[in-house]
Formats: sequence, structure tokens, C-alpha cells
Amino acid sequence: MINVSKLKRGIVIDHIAANHGYKIFKQLKLDELDDVVVLMRNVPSRKLGKKDLIKIETDIALDFRVLGLIDPNVTVNYIKDGELKEKAKLSLPRDVSGILQCKNPRCITQQEEVESITFYLVDEKTKEYRCEYCDAKTSL
Amino acid sequence: MLKGRHLIDPCEFTLCELEEIFGLADSIIHSPERYSGICENKLLASLFYEPSTRTKFSFDAAMLRLGGQVLGFSDPNTSSAAKGESLKDTIITIANYVDVVVVRHPREGTAKLLSKHSPAPIINAGDGGHQHPTQTLTDLLTIRHYKNQLNNHCLAVCGDLKFGRTIHSLVLAMDRYEGVNFIFISPEELKMPSYIKESLRNPYVETNNLDAGIASADILYMSRVQRERFVSEDEYVRLKDYFILTKDKLQEAKKDMIVMHPLPRVNEIADDVDTDERAVYFQQTKFGMYVRMALIIKLLGLE
Repeated sequence: MINVSKLKRGIVIDHIAANHGYKIFKQLKLDELDDVVVLMRNVPSRKLGKKDLIKIETDIALDFRVLGLIDPNVTVNYIKDGELKEKAKLSLPRDVSGILQCKNPRCITQQEEVESITFYLVDEKTKEYRCEYCDAKTSL
Repeated sequence: MLKGRHLIDPCEFTLCELEEIFGLADSIIHSPERYSGICENKLLASLFYEPSTRTKFSFDAAMLRLGGQVLGFSDPNTSSAAKGESLKDTIITIANYVDVVVVRHPREGTAKLLSKHSPAPIINAGDGGHQHPTQTLTDLLTIRHYKNQLNNHCLAVCGDLKFGRTIHSLVLAMDRYEGVNFIFISPEELKMPSYIKESLRNPYVETNNLDAGIASADILYMSRVQRERFVSEDEYVRLKDYFILTKDKLQEAKKDMIVMHPLPRVNEIADDVDTDERAVYFQQTKFGMYVRMALIIKLLGLE
């Protein structure tokens, strides 16, 4: 087992379903940070069997919509002076903009440049969203 | 208040707003001369990015009968789209010249995109296989005219229920009314999609037997099997004549049932049905013009 030292100050994104960690890492653009960031994959978990985990050694504003969209079951822990200060639970956002792309080849957004397409949640179970223009369903 | 609104999806107007439009359409049907100059000095832009004689004529006739004028194109190669101009720039420019814009485009969601940039009301005249709201208004007005109301009907829809955009919109629009029963008549391969069935408040039954469906229907809505929806020509040929409505078959129907069709028809309604007084599909096209007249007046806030 690889050991990563406890955070003194920063954010721990916990209970990420196995394999979702890299997606979150990429979508939150954590590779662009100058601070220490650790992505741990396939960590043994009592609750999930296996989980992913991300530790960020700084305070940044996380995009909860992106996080909720990729994995609404994650927990975000804010650490200060080595102690847990705040815990945030997520849920699937009702609508998202600028993250999803419409996959319908007949949608106008495939032809015209559309800055930010809004998608509305239609099915919580399948995490499907519908395109505001053509109503086609899509998911991340 | 419908003044300045866009019409993109048939269900975005409330039932009260629809009733306002239908009430005005009734009034136009009753006294057309009262409205013959109401759109004087008003311009309608007719932007047809794909050919559609029927819908274009209906809108043009509607505006001209209101005393307004129409300008536009029916071939995108003669528009600035051919020069690579974005739809956003096109609509911002055109909306400077006209009072209301009618658009048909092969891409789904085009009218919605234009509505985000247009100060003038946009009327969706069909965006690919997505929506064709004025066809739905036409169908509702026709039903309301012949059956006096939109509640408490048994609506049988027959033909291509899988890909039929018109059928989907009509069923969803009628489901907003009370006491409606649906009969979905189609071959197994062209059944109503489950996402439509699951969203319905009113009850429905499914059958692949046209005769069984006809007997209890108040309204029989026939539709064409569209060749372009099939990958295999053999499959199309096998299904296109699956249901043919003939005068004989109408013997089983109620005396006050009405037969509707969005037209054009291919083989699904035999010519001998045309003379039956229950066949209202040609009158239906006229109601399409009246409802478009009423819609234009309402969106322009002229009454």
C-alpha cells in the first residue's frame, strides 16, 4: 500500500467511484495547478470495494456542477490545520452548461458555433441530460 | 400574452394561450374580411433552408390574406448561408428588416438557436425531424372545429408511429387535455416509442389491426410511411402499404368520426375515401392557413 501523508491544508475529494478519478482530474483541470495534487486510483474501500481519491494541497473553488455530473456520490472534505473543517455532499445538477456536447449528428450545434449549450437533467438513474436545442439525450 | 413570443415547440404555449389562438382563428374563419388589412405595413421573412411547398404556401397565404407582405427564400443556395454566414448573424440582420420570421431548416434545434438572437418573433416551420408546431396547431384547430372541443375524444393514430414527428407532437399536445383515449395502430416495426408512451397521462392501447382501431375512434389520424427513414428499400416496400384506409373499412367507423392526415399521402388513404364526409384532410390544410393567420396576429400583438 502506498502511503500519502495527511494534508495540513487543502481539499480531499473522497469516495470517487473507481475509474472516475481521472475524469474528475481532467475536467477540473487539476493538471494546471502549481500546487501538489495526488490522484490515487483503486484504493481499497469498505463502502465501495475500490475507490479513487484526490488530494489537493491548496484551497481552490471547485466546480461542483462538474463534480456532481461525473460522480454525484463523492464527498468533498475541506482540511485546515490538519483537521476536517467542512464536508460537502453533491448531487446531480438540474442543468449544466459548457461541459456536455450534443451527440446528435442532426443537431444544429454540430453545424453552427454555439458558445455554451445548456443540458437539462431528464433521468437521474441514467444521468441523462437533454440538449436545449434538439432535445436529444446525452450523458458524460 | 403572446405578443413578441416565439413558437418553437407546440407545448410551450399554455392551454389558455392556445385557446386564444383558436378563438381568433374561429373569428377569422367567420369574418375573414375583418382581418384582411390587419397586417398592413407588416413584413414576414420566410426563410426556407429546405424545400417545403405546402408549409411555405400556407404561411405566405396567411400573411398575404392579412394584408401583410412576405419576403424570403426557399433555396439556401441563394441566401447568405452559401457565403458561409452564421445563422446568428443572418437572423440579427434580417430581424432589423421584418416584423416576424418563419424558418424551416433541416437541422434540429435551428429555430431555438435563432430565437436566442432575434428580437422579432420566430415561428418554427419545421426543424428536421424535431418539431413542426404549426402542424400541431393545425391539427388541434381541425379537431376543435369538427368535434367542438379538445377534451373527451378517442384519438386513433395510424401508420408510422415510430418516426412520425407530426404524430408524436399531436399525441403529446392532445395528452394535455382531459378524458382523451389513444389507440396506436402500427406494424410491430413502427410502434410508438416507449419514451412517448411513458410520458402520457391519458390511457392508450396498441394494435396492429386497423379495423379494430377504427370502430371506437372519434378521430382517425393517418400518416405516411416515409421512405427516407428506412435503410432497406425492401423493408420500406413491405411496410408502406401495411395499412390502407378504404371506403369499405370506414363502414365500421362512427358516423361522426373524422379522418385526418398531415399530407402528402402516398397510398395509405384510397381515393374513394375523399368523397366520404368524414374525410377532412383537405379542409385540414385550410385550417392550417387560418391558424397561422391567428398566430401571426397574436405574435405581432395586433389583437
